[in-house]
Amino acid sequence: MAGYCGKLLRVNLSTGEITKEELDIALAKKFVGGRGLGSYFLAEEVDPAVDALSAENKLIFATGPLTGSQAPASGRYMVVTKSPLSGTIACSNSGGFWGAELKRAGYDMIIVQGRSDKPCYISVNDDAVEIKSAERCWGKLVSETTDLLLEEAGDAKARVLTIGPAGERQLLLACIMNDRYRAAGRSGVGAVMGSKNLKAIVVRGSGKVATAKPEAAKEVLKRVRQMLKENDITGKGLPTYGTSSLVNVINEHGIYPTRNFQRGHFETADKVSGEALAEQYLVKNVACYACPIACGRRVKVGDVQGEGPEYETLWAYSADCGVDDLAAVIRANNWCNEYGLDTISSGTTIACAMELYEKGYIKPDEIDGPALEFGSSEAIVEWTRKMGAGEGFGARLAAGSYRLAESYGAAELSMSVKKLEMPAYDPRGVQGHGLEYATSNRGGCHVRGYMISPEILGIPEKLDRFSVDGKAGWVKRMQDLTAVIDSTGLCLFTSFALGADHYRDMYNAIVGEDWTTEEMLEAGERIWNLERRFNLKAGVGADEDRLPRRLLEEPILAGAKEGQVHRLAEMLPEYYQERGWDAKGVPTEERLAQLGLA
Amino acid sequence: MVVEVRLFATFREGRFKKSEVEVTEGGSVRDLLKHLQIEEKEVGILLVNGRNSSVESQLGADDVVSLFPLIGGG
Repeated sequence: MAGYCGKLLRVNLSTGEITKEELDIALAKKFVGGRGLGSYFLAEEVDPAVDALSAENKLIFATGPLTGSQAPASGRYMVVTKSPLSGTIACSNSGGFWGAELKRAGYDMIIVQGRSDKPCYISVNDDAVEIKSAERCWGKLVSETTDLLLEEAGDAKARVLTIGPAGERQLLLACIMNDRYRAAGRSGVGAVMGSKNLKAIVVRGSGKVATAKPEAAKEVLKRVRQMLKENDITGKGLPTYGTSSLVNVINEHGIYPTRNFQRGHFETADKVSGEALAEQYLVKNVACYACPIACGRRVKVGDVQGEGPEYETLWAYSADCGVDDLAAVIRANNWCNEYGLDTISSGTTIACAMELYEKGYIKPDEIDGPALEFGSSEAIVEWTRKMGAGEGFGARLAAGSYRLAESYGAAELSMSVKKLEMPAYDPRGVQGHGLEYATSNRGGCHVRGYMISPEILGIPEKLDRFSVDGKAGWVKRMQDLTAVIDSTGLCLFTSFALGADHYRDMYNAIVGEDWTTEEMLEAGERIWNLERRFNLKAGVGADEDRLPRRLLEEPILAGAKEGQVHRLAEMLPEYYQERGWDAKGVPTEERLAQLGLA
Repeated sequence: MVVEVRLFATFREGRFKKSEVEVTEGGSVRDLLKHLQIEEKEVGILLVNGRNSSVESQLGADDVVSLFPLIGGG
């Protein structure tokens, strides 16, 4: 057994029963692991039509076969469940050290099912697995909970994954935090954990992930480490400026969504950029498990110390809210980390509220906090705190921009796809990336097929970002490859330097397979179709493969090549065709059979 | 003639963030890079007035030139 541990842990919180099950390795390889294998178990065991916050939904913590191995940037784990925010399948991916520790404890995956009567947490120490009371931690912030549980474990090297008060309250923008500052951020996975009365999972392991072909592994890992080191992005840009090095790049291209996507350029972006962060607030770089890139930022503002903000966070709270006060963005980000909120959806929901306020939908007398005015530092910090605390109007914001805007009869002002808020790239100036937003299986998401790489950064080759030609095929291939990278347990950022063949070589050497690149990409396509089928059964289909009307009808303002709209309708039929789906976006029986999903 | 030059990330070290630079009439981006002592191979992203451009492009008065080393993230 190499790469995989060959064992999964099943914890039934309703009955208190804990079982250790053998993992079918042939099945695991078919779906790679992590996101793919977790999605397989969810689709097998949960009715897609289930209420996401009911005891019938399951919460799966899945690592990949390379998680915790000697491969670089292999600290990833994924949370797979049905999303209460979007109603789609959810898979939120996080770094840090928790995932690698779970593998060291001997498990590929934890499946949590049922619901506990009282607040509890799961303690895993190699073979010893217990459900313990979390009464002491309930209501506590992420940092407080982490301190308490480390003390209770009596082992400073244990790894803590927890929800904050936002997850306890089942707020739809709640995330799951691990190692204090890393987040399985999107799709409201923290609310599902809260609905099970599960506060945390503490893990300690003493084992090691085995390697099938040590000599081959040594050779390929040396090669990819060298490539990561020599690559301009992974070797230089990300270590020096973190993910926010992208602020000025995207802004100069005129696709930096400003004031809830009303404009494509933020005049004072440089004041809230990666360069400014490095100059003014950076204390040091932080790396996840086995990562040579170290893009994490430890920062300090007055008495607030923490990590981040990352590019998407920085954008959501600055340009999208019209705020150019970096200290305020760091404070808002800190509240998200402490209460356990998705930074992208929280910042953009405040931006949406600001537009609703500007246009007179939200009246000054109905809110119990600072005026929701674009540009207000006070508003972004205080409303984030109130969201996390579920206080007054803050609780309404914490249900996300779609439900907020819809409650005022203005759903189109929510800049979301499938009710998940879109991140920091205006699709009107990057046609392929917009198609990726529209078709992502979890909704408005940039990390399911990052078309910014070819359309803006020129990786692996430069595409004309305003053209729609051939973009459907590109999006499909990027989505399939990304599904594989996620599922192996490697960080997606390695793909700035590595190509499909490198992932194949690492997988083959560590797991002991003989995959061809084609077989690997087919596994990615299998995962994509599995997710799509879950969504269709959940009632989320082609009607929701769309973008907000603003992006399709209102020409972009104050961006490069003003006047552009997104041309989704020209690309979507071709995308369905590329995928072997019918005109309604449903995978054909024939295609499913070819992929082994019939 | 004068163009506006915006430098980002490591290109700022020992140079500037934003400056008006005098270039000869009909000069190209390549000439500008020489003047700035930036090697062509270091340039990851080159925009003239927000549009992707090449080192051969001829510059016009008041053009805005944005220069980045290859960086990314997200």
